[in-house]
Amino acid sequence: MRKMLLAALSRVLQGPAAATAAAAGRTASRVMVASRNYADFASEATFEIKKCDLHRLEEGPSTTAVMTREEGLHYYKTMQTIRRMELKSDQLYKQKIIRGFCHLYDGQEACCVGLEAAIKPTDHVITAYRAHGFTYTRGVPVREILAELTGRKGGCAKGKGGSMHMYTKNFYGGNGIVGAQVPLGAGIALACKYFGKNEVCLTLYGDGAANQGQIFETYNMAALWKLPCIFICENNRYGMGTSVERAAASTDYYKRGDYIPGLRVDGMDVLCVREAAKFATEYCRAGKGPLVMELQTYRYHGHSMSDPGISYRTREEIQEVRSKSDPITLLKDRMVNNNLASIEELKEIDVTVRKEIEEGAQFATTDPEPPLEELGNHIYFNEPPFEVRGPNQWIRYKSVS
Amino acid sequence: LQQRRGIRLSAPAAVQVTVRDALNQALDEELERDERVFLLGEEVAQYDGAYKISRGLWKKYGDKRVIDTPISEMGFTGIAVGAAMVWLRPVCEFMTFNFSMQAIDQVINSAAKTCYMSAGAIAVPIVFRGPNGASAGVAAQHSQCFAAWYGHCPGLKVVSPWSSEDAKGLLKASIRDDNPVVMLENELLYGVPFEMSEQAQSKDFVVPIGKAKIERQGTHVTLVSHSRPVGHCLEAAAVLAKEGVECEVINLRTIRPMDIETVEASVVKTNHLVTVEGGWPQFGVGAEICARIMEGSAFNYLDAPAVRVTGADVPMPYAKILEDNCIPQVKDIIFAVKKTLNI
Repeated sequence: MRKMLLAALSRVLQGPAAATAAAAGRTASRVMVASRNYADFASEATFEIKKCDLHRLEEGPSTTAVMTREEGLHYYKTMQTIRRMELKSDQLYKQKIIRGFCHLYDGQEACCVGLEAAIKPTDHVITAYRAHGFTYTRGVPVREILAELTGRKGGCAKGKGGSMHMYTKNFYGGNGIVGAQVPLGAGIALACKYFGKNEVCLTLYGDGAANQGQIFETYNMAALWKLPCIFICENNRYGMGTSVERAAASTDYYKRGDYIPGLRVDGMDVLCVREAAKFATEYCRAGKGPLVMELQTYRYHGHSMSDPGISYRTREEIQEVRSKSDPITLLKDRMVNNNLASIEELKEIDVTVRKEIEEGAQFATTDPEPPLEELGNHIYFNEPPFEVRGPNQWIRYKSVS
Repeated sequence: LQQRRGIRLSAPAAVQVTVRDALNQALDEELERDERVFLLGEEVAQYDGAYKISRGLWKKYGDKRVIDTPISEMGFTGIAVGAAMVWLRPVCEFMTFNFSMQAIDQVINSAAKTCYMSAGAIAVPIVFRGPNGASAGVAAQHSQCFAAWYGHCPGLKVVSPWSSEDAKGLLKASIRDDNPVVMLENELLYGVPFEMSEQAQSKDFVVPIGKAKIERQGTHVTLVSHSRPVGHCLEAAAVLAKEGVECEVINLRTIRPMDIETVEASVVKTNHLVTVEGGWPQFGVGAEICARIMEGSAFNYLDAPAVRVTGADVPMPYAKILEDNCIPQVKDIIFAVKKTLNI
């Protein structure tokens, strides 16, 4: 009897009717999962992935990727966490609990998750202001990201940085000036080479930033000095309100490094990103110098929360990407169709994620703002305390490092 | 560096050292002391430095520690700042500070502000150095003084040496400091020899950042200056002494954080203040000193308004007669002193 029940539920939940069965199956599914043996799933599967366009490279990344069940679940959970965290930020911004600049990453999750999957925690990452995804993948908990956005003392920068200035070990932000992070990333790579620790630096920038002069200065020095720097252009087709066609004489961002070899990668496929990044890090660690990687991706939100994002692109276009190329859906379908996970299991992960985001938001809205004493702190590093002037000569703040 | 022993063995073995050699010694000593220190900039390695400040260092330390860069200020400054974020200790040379304007975003937004924005998580132990201010006949685009521009920004330290002792001690202190330091040198001072005490010749000699030095004691008027004009102030003081006016000459040494306490104590004593700088008058170092004196305890001791002697409020012209009249000269300082003392 039990076997029949199991078989019936198994058929129901694996089929396309899973959605409708979900409600009925919810309580049953808990029983199901509890009693179902994880040996029922495949431990791994091999996937065909899109071939990368190559520039000055004889060979590129592999066109097949092996993904284990654990990896898949991890990528899924991470991407879903970022997705929900960004949507929660949208909500909090509209409630005016987050203020100032807020540049959301939803749609681009496969980029940061795929990249993190290919590098080590001892490698380095620097990006621009659309940084919440990377802040998370580099190790900052959701509650500290949200609390930084809401400007509370529990934020990862104690509320002093905000959306564009979040940091953690081996993650250098979060940078507000378009393009300025690129030379910084090459400098981090120079330090990696200097110390001889076989580490690399992922230096990210957008399609808009790709036209900054300092990036070309940096390409030159990185190539000249063979710095272990991987230049990564997250091409989401729009630099604020300007489409790539209107901003760039050449939209082949992976070729812009000219003498630096490049790859163009499907940035909506987490495995594609991972394999390309594995290829790139291997290349760099071998001492061959820098590489340029273009990740073709898409952002669902406008440039920032002040931009509805529909004056320069159509709702149809956004909808099309959502329905055909969503990175989370792509991964989910792959996992379910290859018996790496069940839809129910993934839904359970969704529930866990939602809970984590709610808790994070709760913390971010209830944690107190930093005390006024914090205003003068951290002007300098490793410095004896001194006084900082306030709005008039009688108001002084102590500055402690 | 040869030490000439005096006839009396107990006398300190002071030597004459040019500012150039003092800076060179400082770089050499710090490169040797800490392997994380490195120098980068245009022509610093194989050319021995555009002004020969880094003479011999590439030969001694090699490509890893002394790096020639292409002409890419914004790029190489950003690279230097990035390296500092991972605890290297770069010395980033600008051939002159005029070219730092191309890279000023990296100095201010990437270097100065990062410790604060990250709530102390990321330090930027970097030194930006090079010649600042007027030279001789290099015209408008190569003669600007950046003391006020960099001095304006919290998160930076800004130093401005005058003597060889200042140069060596401040450069060593700047390199050892865990914060971004802008060191404003002066090209016309590079070849000038100054006496360096035995103490100053030591490998551990540092001049503390944020402390001014009283170069000459006086009772009638306080002259406050930084960089090359300190020498002009001392010359003016010598001339005025013959007329019975004793000037107290203060060498600021550091623009930010400014040692206003030393200036205040002096004004309390002399009751008169004249500031002297090479930069333009508006929003300048002298303007800041005057504002702070007004706000502090020394205001009640002033017997006359404070007076500023500055560069002329024009882009620097080329012709010698014009250029000479755009820079504060000894006669301008003497005139200002006499005006404020009403003599």
